[in-house]
Amino acid sequence: MSVYALAKAMGITLKHLFSKPVTIPYPSAPVPIKPRFHGRHVLTRHPDGLEKCIGCSLCAAACPAYAIYVEPAENDPQSPVSAGERYAKVYEINMLRCIFCGLCEEACPTGAIVLGNEFELADYVYADLVYGKEDLLVDTVGSKAQRREAEKSGKPLKLGFEVPYVRPELEGVKYE
Amino acid sequence: MSYLLAAIKGLVLILMLLFTFAYLTWAMRRGLARFQIRQGPNRVGPLGLFQPLADAVKAIFKEDISVAKADKFVYWLAPLISFTFALAAFAVIPLGPKGSLFGLDPWVAGLNVSILYIFAVAELATYGIFLSGWASGSKYSLMGGMRSAAGLIGYELALGVALLGPVLLVGSLDLRDIVDWQVKHGWLALWQLPVFIVYLIAALAEMGRTPFDFAEAEQELVGGFSTEYNSMKFVAFYMAELLHWITASALIPTLFMGGWHAPFGLPEVPILWLFIKWLVFIFVVMWIWASWFRTRYDVMIRFAWGKLFPVALAWFLLTAYWVASKGGAV
Repeated sequence: MSVYALAKAMGITLKHLFSKPVTIPYPSAPVPIKPRFHGRHVLTRHPDGLEKCIGCSLCAAACPAYAIYVEPAENDPQSPVSAGERYAKVYEINMLRCIFCGLCEEACPTGAIVLGNEFELADYVYADLVYGKEDLLVDTVGSKAQRREAEKSGKPLKLGFEVPYVRPELEGVKYE
Repeated sequence: MSYLLAAIKGLVLILMLLFTFAYLTWAMRRGLARFQIRQGPNRVGPLGLFQPLADAVKAIFKEDISVAKADKFVYWLAPLISFTFALAAFAVIPLGPKGSLFGLDPWVAGLNVSILYIFAVAELATYGIFLSGWASGSKYSLMGGMRSAAGLIGYELALGVALLGPVLLVGSLDLRDIVDWQVKHGWLALWQLPVFIVYLIAALAEMGRTPFDFAEAEQELVGGFSTEYNSMKFVAFYMAELLHWITASALIPTLFMGGWHAPFGLPEVPILWLFIKWLVFIFVVMWIWASWFRTRYDVMIRFAWGKLFPVALAWFLLTAYWVASKGGAV
């Protein structure tokens, strides 16, 4: 038995005693995540405010979990919703089915649907986990459950993560 | 009157020990977590300080399951034996000089053979472990109990013989005399360095702590002797284990590092200095726990018989020769 080895072991543990814990007390402290983390989707807009989504349903076709439902409609030329001929009248993603693989993002010809970083999606009712356009468009921050809780308690919505930067595909998204 | 006083002091000591136990569980979990770069329990109250309360409530209200194959009487008796004797050992440790606690003596029992008493009581607590292993009707428990008993035979001899040196040198079996001697002549840890080291190692074995925690080795024996115990019966074992730790951490400074006496000529404050030395040993044991592996119990027994015992015996003979040549205790 080497006394040196034992002393070395004690040295290592002592060094660890004075270092910061690597675990994160999650609900009270934010989780650091990578910018390319696959979280809740975002429907992005062009800088002029028009939606990028043209209602082509390619995301729904690419989706391996059949989680996406798109119902397109013709744009009114006077006040268009999207930059194309058509736009998505209904755009729903079932978060219970979604496997966050990102194939919808790859399939999208206009870069409209992008996987964001939000992951706190837990909710009580199945129906509440089907996210519509109003839940996915860029200006919406937080999951349905988070927004409901924030409204009920009157406290500002708090996201449980931090990213070093938001990747450029998530145009207009700010996590703070 | 003196009996009443002893009873009151005993009660206060028990309450203090149980409180210390409760917060030692907290300190241990937080401390070990930090050694392993984790957070540790921090949910209940500030810094998780109410965690012991939550644990106590949980343990008390947990369903008390008895094992069908167990020997019911011994199965119940074993945790009681462990707990009671672990609690009793602290009674003779002097926390300060005579009459320093508001005119009272800061110890519960003023025995003149307190070393023998501590040895007897601490070893009786091992009976609890051994009996629980035997009575549980489970092979894991039996193996844990057997390991504990076999380990006892290993380290206890070294422990006993090691302490003969200091006892010869001081000429008394009384812990108070040993501390008084150290006040006059300096720490016994310096006078009896090999004994100090042997005693430290053997004390780890007596506590059942890493690296000698083979009696409850989770990875091999599920929980060893306490496999078939839950709720308050398990807590009794847990308490006994931690109380051994508490007692040994107070006993080692008392025997070897001047006890309540302030080191380096610092001002004397009753209890405080022993408390500081106690904290040091609590920390060292935790540190060892976080750092080292568990020995196999046959390795430990070979080590105890082959290394610790000869060293202790040789040093005892040397001390005896020296004391005899001086014509009596120093």
